[in-house]
Amino acid sequence: MASPHSCRRGVGLMISAIAAFGRFWYRFIVGDDWSIAIAVLVGLGLTYALRRRASVAWWLMPAVVVVVLGVSLYRGRLNRTGSGRL
Amino acid sequence: MSSAALAVAVTTFLASAVEGIEMVAIVAGVGVTRGWRAAIAGAAGGLVVLAVLVAVFGLALTAIPIGILRLVVGALLLIVGLNWLRKGIRRLAAQGLRGAGPGDPGPTEEEEVPRDRRDWTGFVLAFKGVLLEGLEVAFIVVTFGGTSNQLGVAVVAAIGALVLVAAFGLAIQPLVRRIPRSALQLAVGLLLTTFGTFWAVEGVGVDWPGSDAAIVGLLGLYVVVAAGYLAVERAGWLPRTAAGAASG
Repeated sequence: MASPHSCRRGVGLMISAIAAFGRFWYRFIVGDDWSIAIAVLVGLGLTYALRRRASVAWWLMPAVVVVVLGVSLYRGRLNRTGSGRL
Repeated sequence: MSSAALAVAVTTFLASAVEGIEMVAIVAGVGVTRGWRAAIAGAAGGLVVLAVLVAVFGLALTAIPIGILRLVVGALLLIVGLNWLRKGIRRLAAQGLRGAGPGDPGPTEEEEVPRDRRDWTGFVLAFKGVLLEGLEVAFIVVTFGGTSNQLGVAVVAAIGALVLVAAFGLAIQPLVRRIPRSALQLAVGLLLTTFGTFWAVEGVGVDWPGSDAAIVGLLGLYVVVAAGYLAVERAGWLPRTAAGAASG
């Protein structure tokens, strides 16, 4: 039978593994500019809505990409600190 | 070979080659920017899952909801691609084609490639690219080969196309290695953004004008836009804060 100490250690390991998994996906998906992820999700939602209304919808995401890239570059330039990180 | 079998072979070969080029572009992009170990491991993982799916489903493969897969994989690639594109533009604007030098601040935490453990970012990118493109090749084989009762011919044509495209990718790899990291990051960002846009929009059920040819149009648009933003960043036309100006 497992001791309470080894049980706690096992739970701790599991929690840290889940936290590391969550951190990886957050960094992978969101990166250092959350506005890109939000803009992509909103853009896809609007594309779906346009399609449901039987409108031509393929042009919307490229337009979102062009705008969000410019906005993200603009925000990056505004937020850049003295560290010089690129 | 009968004319029906020849038609199936040519159609399957060409369609599979297009998907294969997309697959190799993603794996090669991940390989040169994140490292080949993670890219090859991800590609191998994708092929194993693909093989299991093909073995389990066989001709019923078309029952897999490819639209949802395209939407999820496309949206993820688009977000990752836009982040890489943004960093590539900023790096190239600040350092030109010099690559790493005394003024290079180095990779940020999320883009640093770990040396002592597996690079999951590279693995996941290559895995998704190979799995999705591989599934599309499998659909092509099942659709063209299964419906015309020429499954064997379609399988051989698809494998031939993939081997040819992979060999070409391997042959040009030394040339790709010579490109500076900043330019590579921008190029891979462009590719991921292009494929991400294409798949995600297809995933919500919207058809592109010109079908797969729209990928070329999207890539062209994004190259022009990236060049424009790069020029703007280099000229310093965008407003800067006092701290940003002080950091150069």
